[in-house]
Amino acid sequence: MENNKVEVIIVGAGPAGASAAITLARAGKKVLLADRADNAGDKNVFGGTIYAKQTAEIYPNFWETAPVERAVTEQKIFMLTDCDSVQFGYKYASKASYKAFTVKRSNWDRWCVEQAQKEGAYFAPKTLVKELLIENGKVVGVQTEFEKFYSDIVIIADGVNSLLAKQIGLRNEIKDKDVSLSVKEVIEIPKENLQDRFNIDDEDGCACKILGGPLKDIMALGFMCTNKNSIALGYSVSIDELKKHNIKPYELLEELKEHPTIASYIKGGKTIEYSSHLIPEGGYNCIPKVYDNRVLVAGDAAMFVNNIHFEGTNLAMLSGKLAAETAIEALNLSDCSASVLCRYYKKLENSILIKDLRTHRNTIDVIRKNIHTLTSLYPELACDFFDLLTSADEIPKRAKYRKFLSKFIKSRGITASIPFVFLAMEKCFKK
Amino acid sequence: MNLDEKLATLKYNKDNESHLSVDEDVCIRCKEKPCTFICPANVYEWNEEKCIMTIRYENCLECGACKIACEKNNITWRYPNGGYGVKYKNG
Ligand SMILES: Cc1cc2nc3c(=O)[nH]c(=O)nc-3n(C[C@H](O)[C@H](O)[C@H](O)COP(=O)(O)OP(=O)(O)OC[C@H]3O[C@@H](n4cnc5c(N)ncnc54)[C@H](O)[C@@H]3O)c2cc1C
Ligand code: SF4
Ligand code: SF4
Repeated sequence: MENNKVEVIIVGAGPAGASAAITLARAGKKVLLADRADNAGDKNVFGGTIYAKQTAEIYPNFWETAPVERAVTEQKIFMLTDCDSVQFGYKYASKASYKAFTVKRSNWDRWCVEQAQKEGAYFAPKTLVKELLIENGKVVGVQTEFEKFYSDIVIIADGVNSLLAKQIGLRNEIKDKDVSLSVKEVIEIPKENLQDRFNIDDEDGCACKILGGPLKDIMALGFMCTNKNSIALGYSVSIDELKKHNIKPYELLEELKEHPTIASYIKGGKTIEYSSHLIPEGGYNCIPKVYDNRVLVAGDAAMFVNNIHFEGTNLAMLSGKLAAETAIEALNLSDCSASVLCRYYKKLENSILIKDLRTHRNTIDVIRKNIHTLTSLYPELACDFFDLLTSADEIPKRAKYRKFLSKFIKSRGITASIPFVFLAMEKCFKK
Repeated sequence: MNLDEKLATLKYNKDNESHLSVDEDVCIRCKEKPCTFICPANVYEWNEEKCIMTIRYENCLECGACKIACEKNNITWRYPNGGYGVKYKNG
């Protein structure tokens, strides 16, 4: 690297940064990708699934060589009451149309960075960017612990806490209701037991979402995913709820592990890793300004997470790619000012990223208002229904039906579900 | 499984200086002290008698929750230096 100067510096080697780096390197641009971790991925945590189609747009046929754990062939929802559960799932047989894969982030992120390096990107691990270098009001590079690096453009892909976007006023601190804390354990289970419990074949995987049980009546969602020889189990909960209910995150995780349904999956397992990470949950309403003179923001740093559909890595990769494509145009025009870099937001608007986030701009608020219905009432009603269907005893069926119906109506299940019906209609028909 | 056992599953490269600090004069006036219970690694402990906050920064998981939870904006929060801090093998 001549005089510590490149065309583009990317801060953060997560899905967003690596995708930006490989896109720039493929176009022959000189690019430096910096991450504070020893190895890319060492600091990163997620719930378990990357999406095949969008990932393959950056890393074609990645499943042939990348360190994936399992191809997801079943997605399940667990509705828990205090002791019981109703589970339903969607199982798809065809491996020809891969939808999603489970991966371990330390392996996956490292592999992505290696692909970018093969294309010519320069990777600097163990490199904490302390701040952006500003000259005459413009970003000209980055200050690490030991050195200064200069570039025409900096792509900020430093994740949910994005200290750098904050430094230059593109972002404020996130509000506690707009961000969730996740805690998770990776629990080692012999492969055969794991496959039996999830009823899956050798390379197949299962991804589950968990509602209710110990997580009832709070803005929290559990998840459980199968790796090759382990289960990733955890939940995320909004920080304002943690504060309001005086929750110690690790204690609630224990309660989830002890729920009879969950316990049956992890029985005999050994926890090999505990971890924690934030998820931006504010969606469309919290998107900051994502470009300025000589600077672009991608991935979690720009709050690009679709929490209704559990999408984050795909949006990080997509925004990294679009940021890189914008940078390439600007470099070719020799104009890296905001007047050219604003094309980045146009590209985002034309992609599924902004469209989907806009679709769900108010969904979280609706869920928040109906959290009791969703996490307490529905699981209870679902369990009651199956109990009614399957219990043979002395009570006449008609009396049971009446009891069930009166509980349903008393608990205002119908009224409470009206907003969901409206919401669904709005999502389907409104542009 | 208690928190100590959970944290024992992790590998850390301990930095010599703390990447977290608080102004205890502000903490005295903080009623709820959310940092002392919402932290997934129980890094903060308040001593009511001495009005001292113990910060076990070496256990920090670098999530960022404490700085968002602190309504008084009283946590000076940064990442540990490059290569230091927690290191996940699975993620
Ligand atoms: C529990 C959980 C479950 C999730 N489940 C899913 C899921 O199933 N599917 C899905 O698609 N998404 C999921 N997500 C979301 C997904 O993980 C994120 O959206 C995605 O990782 C964002 O990528 P990123 O590159 O923007 O940021 P990150 O992956 O956070 O990467 C940021 C990088 O920047 C580095 N960094 C930060 N600051 C600096 C600095 N100053 N100097 C140098 N380096 C720095 C960090 O070390 C890190 O490597 C989940 C997230 C969580 C927490
Ligand atoms: S939340 Fe903030 S002000 Fe309150 S005790 Fe913790 S650091 Fe101090
Ligand atoms: S960053 Fe997370 S783990 Fe570290 S002290 Fe704050 S809340 Fe605790």
